[in-house]
Amino acid sequence: MSTPTTTAGHAATPAWKEWILTTDHKRIGVLYLVGAMAAFGVAGLMALIIRAEQMQLGMQIVTSGTQYNGFLYFHGAAMILAFLIPGLTGFAANYFLPLMIGARDVAFPRINAFSVWLFYFAILLALLSFVVPDAPDIMWTGYPPYSVTTSANTSMYVFTVHLLGFSSILGAVNFLVTVIYMRAPGMGWNQLNMFVWTTVAAFVLQLVFIPVLAAAVTLLLFDKYLGTHFYDPSAGGDVLLYQNLFWFYSHPAVYVIFLPAVGILYDVIATMSKNRVFNYKAAVYVGIWGTVGISGIVWIHHLYISGMPDWIRLGHMVTTLLISVPVGILTLSLWGTLYKGAITYNTAMMYAASCLYLILIGGLTGIPLALPSMTLHLSETSYVHAHFHFIMALFSAFALFAGIYYWFPKMTARYADGPLATISFWLNFIGVNVTFWPLFIIGKEGMPRRYWDYEMFKDVKVMGFYFEDFHMVATIGAFTIALGMLLQTINFIYAAFAGKPAPTNPWNSKSLEWTHTVSPPGPGNFGDTDVVVDENWSPYEYGK
Amino acid sequence: MRKLLSAMTGLAGGMMLSGQALAQEIRNPAEEWEHLWDEVMLDITVIGVIMTIAAVVMLIKYRATSPDQVGTAKKLTTVQSISFALIPASIFMADDFYLAANGWTVWNAYRRVPENAMEVKVIAYQWYFEFEFEDGTVADGSDFSAIKLPSDQPVVFRMTSEDVLHSFGLPHYRVKEDIMPGRITYIWINTTKEQTTAVLQCAEFCGDSHSQMSNPIHTVPRAEFDAWLAVKADE
Repeated sequence: MSTPTTTAGHAATPAWKEWILTTDHKRIGVLYLVGAMAAFGVAGLMALIIRAEQMQLGMQIVTSGTQYNGFLYFHGAAMILAFLIPGLTGFAANYFLPLMIGARDVAFPRINAFSVWLFYFAILLALLSFVVPDAPDIMWTGYPPYSVTTSANTSMYVFTVHLLGFSSILGAVNFLVTVIYMRAPGMGWNQLNMFVWTTVAAFVLQLVFIPVLAAAVTLLLFDKYLGTHFYDPSAGGDVLLYQNLFWFYSHPAVYVIFLPAVGILYDVIATMSKNRVFNYKAAVYVGIWGTVGISGIVWIHHLYISGMPDWIRLGHMVTTLLISVPVGILTLSLWGTLYKGAITYNTAMMYAASCLYLILIGGLTGIPLALPSMTLHLSETSYVHAHFHFIMALFSAFALFAGIYYWFPKMTARYADGPLATISFWLNFIGVNVTFWPLFIIGKEGMPRRYWDYEMFKDVKVMGFYFEDFHMVATIGAFTIALGMLLQTINFIYAAFAGKPAPTNPWNSKSLEWTHTVSPPGPGNFGDTDVVVDENWSPYEYGK
Repeated sequence: MRKLLSAMTGLAGGMMLSGQALAQEIRNPAEEWEHLWDEVMLDITVIGVIMTIAAVVMLIKYRATSPDQVGTAKKLTTVQSISFALIPASIFMADDFYLAANGWTVWNAYRRVPENAMEVKVIAYQWYFEFEFEDGTVADGSDFSAIKLPSDQPVVFRMTSEDVLHSFGLPHYRVKEDIMPGRITYIWINTTKEQTTAVLQCAEFCGDSHSQMSNPIHTVPRAEFDAWLAVKADE
C-alpha cells in the first residue's frame, strides 16, 4: 500500500508527492479512508467524554453546558458527515466501484482528486472548532433561532457543510457518469454488483438533495451574519422552514449511508456464502429504488413534535410506515442469500453476520417512531438516540468494517484477519449492545437526549434501578467499544505492513475486483487487456 | 379493521362535532399510548424473533464443509421472483396499515382537547418556563419550583417561545410538543386519573442550560390548587 509506483510516462516522484497529487481512484479511496478513520477517532473520543459525563449525576468531566454541547455537536457532525458518508461513498465507492465495473478509473479523475481535498479541508475546518474560542454548539442539525442567536461560531458549521456538499456533488456526478458510460463492454444493468447499485442510488440522492441542505444552511448564514430574516418570525420569517429544508435532505442522507452499507453487506455475504443474491431484481428495483423513491416524502417524521399541521403528520405516518416495504424486500433478499449457501467464516463474515442482527434491532425499533402518536413521547429521548445509533451508526459502521476486512487483501495483498481482529470484533459487538440497550430502556421512561445532566429524574426508577445505573452500564459499554476500536486500528496498521500474505483472490470471489486484478491493482487497474464480460457473467454466479 | 373504522368514524365525528357542545368522553392518551406501545412491541418482537431464528438456523446449517464448496440455491423463476416480492410486500403493507390505523386512533386522543379543559398559557425562555393561568395569575418557573394543577379537570397548555426553540416534555403523560417563537402549539393532559408528581423537561435543544430547564408538575385536589394559585397571585 505504501510502496510508491510510477504512473506511466512519469519519472519516479517522492511518495508523499505521489499521494498528494494523485488522481488514481484507488489512492483517492485510501485518502478518504484515512481521513474518515481520523474523523472517527476524534468523534469517538467525543462520544467517550459524553458518556463519561452522563455516567453520574452532576458535572464531572466538562466544565460547562456549552462545552458539552460543543463536544456533542462535533460528535454528531463528524460521525455523519466526515466518517460515515466519506467512508462509504468516498473510500469504498472510490476504491472498488471502478474495479467492480471493469473501468480503468473514474470518468473525471482530476475532479475526483478535487473532491477528496475538499473533504480534507472540511475536516480541517471542523477540527479548528477545538482551537477557536467560540466553537459551534448547535448540534449537527443547527436549528434556528438558536443557531442564529448563539454567540458561538455558526459559520464554521455552514462552511463545513458547504465544502462537504461540493465534494459530494462532484463525487456524485463523477460516479454516475462512470457507471453509465464506463462499464466493461457486455456488462448489462442486471449484472452489476449490489454495492454498485446501492452506490449509484446513494449518489442520486446526494445529487438531488444536497442543494436543499446547502440552501438551508446558507440562509442560516445570511440570517446570522447579514441580518436577513428567513427564519425569524418577528420579521415575517419562519423557524419551521429550516427544519423542513434540513430534513428534506437529511432523511435521504440516512439512505446515503444505509444503502452503500447494505451493498457492502450483500457483496460480503454473497461471496462468503458462495451464493447468488436472492431475488436480485426485486432487491434492486423494489428494494433499492423503492427506498430512493420514498425517501423524499417521509421527512416530517423528524418533525412529529415540531408543531406541523396534523394532516401532514398523519400523511407522513403512512409514507414512513411504507418504507418497511422496500427495506423489508432488501432484508429478505439478504436473508435469502444465505439459503443453501456454503458459508465460510472469517472476520468480514462475522461483521456481516452481526449486521443482520443490527439491521433487525435498528429497523424494528424504528417502527414505533413512524407513528406520530408514539413519537409524541419517544421523540428527543434516548430511545431515539439508541434507535438511530443501531441502524445508522452501528449497522453502517459494522458493514464498513466488514468491507475493510473483506477488501483488505485486495488493497494490501495481506489478510487483516487474526486473533487481534477476532478479539476486537467481540469487544465491539458486546460493547455496542451494552451501550445502547440501556438507552432504549430509560428512553422509554423519558430520559432526554442532549442532556449532560438528568437531576430531575434522580428519583425515577425503571425495573428497580435508577437512570444513573443505566448510564453507568452504557458508559462501560462505550469504553469497551473504545478498547475494541483501538485494538482494531492497531490490527489494521500492523496487518497492512506485516500481516499474513494473501493470494490475489483469497475468498474465491467471482467479482471483477478479485478475478481480474492483482493485489493491489496498479495504475489502470487491469494491466494491458481491457475487461470484457459476456451476457452470462455475473459477480454472483458460483454454480458453474 | 375495527380500529380503522373507529379511526375513520372518529375523524368524521370530529368534523361534524367541531363547534358543537356535545357531551364528550374524556380519553386518557397516556394509557392509550401504553396500550399501543405493547401492541407495537408484540408486532416487532414477532417479526424480530422469526427473522432471528431464520438467520441463526441458516448461518449454522449452511456452513461450508470444504473450501471448494459452492452454494446450491437455484435461480428463481419469474413467478417465484414476483411472488417473493409481492407476498412479503403485501404482508408488510397490511401490518403498516394496521399500525397506522391504531396510531391514528391514539393520535386523535392526543389532539382533541376536552371542552372542559383548563387552559394554561406557557411561555418558554432560555432557560425556564412561565405559566399563565385562566385568572391571569402568572407562575414563574425560573426557580424550578413545583407547578400545581387541579386533579378534577383536564389541562390544555397553549405554548409559545420568546427566544429559541424549546419543547414541553411530560414523560409521565407520554407527550411533548415543541415551543416556537411566532407560533402557538398545544398539548393537553388528563390529570383526572391520579394525583402525581410528574417531571416537566425541555426536550428541544436550546443551549447552555437545556438540561436544567425543568419543573415538577403536581396534580393536587382542587382546594390545594386554589390555595397555591392564590399564593402565586400575591407574589
